[in-house]
Amino acid sequence: MRASAQQAPSVSDSPRSLPGTVTLRQVAKRFGEFSAVEQLDLEVQPGEFLSMLGPSGSGKTTVLRMIAGFETVTSGSIHLSGTDVTQTPPHSRPVNTVFQDYALFPHLTIAENVGYGLRVGGTNRTDREAQVRASLEQVRLSAVADRLPHQLSGGQRQRIALARALIMRPQVLLLDEPLGALDKQLREEMQIELKQIQREVGITFIFVTHDQEEALTLSDRVAVFNNGRIEQIGSAREVYEFPKTEFVARFLGLSNLIRGTEPGAELVSVRPERVRLSAADTAAAPGETSFLGTVAEAVYTGPTTRFLVDTEDGQRLTAERANDHHPSAETAFGRGDRVRVGWTADHATRVA
Amino acid sequence: MNRRAHLGALLALPMFWLIGIYIFSLVMLLVTAFWITDPFTSKVKPGFTLRNFEQIIANPAYFSTSMRTLGIALAVTILCILISIPLGIFMAKVAGPKMRALLAVAITLPLWAGYLVKILAMRITFTEEGFFNWALSPFGISGPGFSAFTVVLTLTYLWLPYMAVPVYTAIRQLPPNLFDASADLGAGAWHTIRTVVLPLIRPAIIAGSIFTFSLSLGDYIVAKFVGGSTQMIGSIIASNINLNPPIAAAFALVPIAFVVIYLVSVQRTGALERM
Repeated sequence: MRASAQQAPSVSDSPRSLPGTVTLRQVAKRFGEFSAVEQLDLEVQPGEFLSMLGPSGSGKTTVLRMIAGFETVTSGSIHLSGTDVTQTPPHSRPVNTVFQDYALFPHLTIAENVGYGLRVGGTNRTDREAQVRASLEQVRLSAVADRLPHQLSGGQRQRIALARALIMRPQVLLLDEPLGALDKQLREEMQIELKQIQREVGITFIFVTHDQEEALTLSDRVAVFNNGRIEQIGSAREVYEFPKTEFVARFLGLSNLIRGTEPGAELVSVRPERVRLSAADTAAAPGETSFLGTVAEAVYTGPTTRFLVDTEDGQRLTAERANDHHPSAETAFGRGDRVRVGWTADHATRVA
Repeated sequence: MNRRAHLGALLALPMFWLIGIYIFSLVMLLVTAFWITDPFTSKVKPGFTLRNFEQIIANPAYFSTSMRTLGIALAVTILCILISIPLGIFMAKVAGPKMRALLAVAITLPLWAGYLVKILAMRITFTEEGFFNWALSPFGISGPGFSAFTVVLTLTYLWLPYMAVPVYTAIRQLPPNLFDASADLGAGAWHTIRTVVLPLIRPAIIAGSIFTFSLSLGDYIVAKFVGGSTQMIGSIIASNINLNPPIAAAFALVPIAFVVIYLVSVQRTGALERM
């Protein structure tokens, strides 16, 4: 978290006023006795693609809803482009939202849905129609302009929800698990499309997801949420390669968590693809931590083979090897083979 | 197993009810409306005449009563709509669980008491020495007394649950995200109600209005007890039921005609398809 987390915000430390900056200071949200978000500090840069990643109930959606204005903050402040919007109702904030289940108006045609915000804002009919047409072209759905939402597929509805928000030219676009309802293949297509659109329009995207792969693929930075707090925030590479806490190590992909045997020993995280697997009779490389063990399971996953190894001191470690040549890795070792598993210090990260 | 026999057994009672009692009696009513009453002996003779219907239109007292009844039924329906929408929005979107439960009881309360009990309650409230006149007298105003206006109020009181319950249920079932989406796109509360809530709860309003409208059209006890000299179609039917059954039957078809016209005009807007 930012350094300012420890100190109270002062007048001189005013939030950045560049369009598209989102600044949250000491934001907390309680629902009755339940604390959904605790003293959260966050600054999102203009044009940044920030993912808020976490399990359900971790507070990520609540934070998004507070930025949009659908939820009030219990304490703290929210600034958009330098302006305090903490008390501003949602219809007056320069942000727009793509909702989880799209929230298209079922009684309006696709064109009317996309033009809804312009109509509310009093844009005249000619301008509105031209903008709606351009917007539908951008998401390649001009053909469905006169249909009703229920006549569209999930992927089409998703793109309409995106068009309806983007036509407002917001400084910040909020996306609440927008791809959650799509099947895997469509989701991956939409991820690429989202990333392209974000690059084209160049505005700030704040993206809520519980899918770690999606967060890593799309984002400039990932904020990992747990129990109403940000456990870690950083680039995809930082949070994946150098998890700071046990929670982050476990939530983002597979991780080997190893604690030394002596009391008070540190917990260390090593990603399975960083674990070196060799025959038991090979010597440990210099500077390498290594264990002898037996292969308990060899699982072929397609691009990789995953080996579960039971070490002599009773730990189960996972090693992953790319199937990048023939004969590929899955043939290298089998169940019951004696192996050495090890890693160098720079592949291990201390976690709290 | 004989599936047809099973189906027949299942449907026997409802079919007997629908065809044997309900439709048969309506057809008898329709037939009677064309029969002839001997003006001297008051004896009803089977036959065919349109005189009964002619009278309804030609007799100014009859015609104005039909129009008054239509006006009262429309006023009751509009009043029920005007009360139910803000009430439903408040209950579904603003009120906490306790307040919501309290209001749900308050709305359905009139259904718990007997029909005559409620009319008596309104009669006591609006009578000459009743609450309204007592409360308003210091300001030099007198209450509506027993009048067509009081009939409208009383009928609204009687039939409000039939409008308020479906409207509230419909608002409750609207996805909350739609309210958020509308606000997100810049719409204030009024705009959202007009462009999102109203179009989406229209089927519920129409369902409710069929009750409030048709129940009001058929009522005459309210007019009798709190209407003063106000007559409704039912009043005329009641007074002719022994004296001149054919004219009573013809009159009984008037509210049915109004309801049919209402349903057809509503149906043309396509609103019934989603009911």
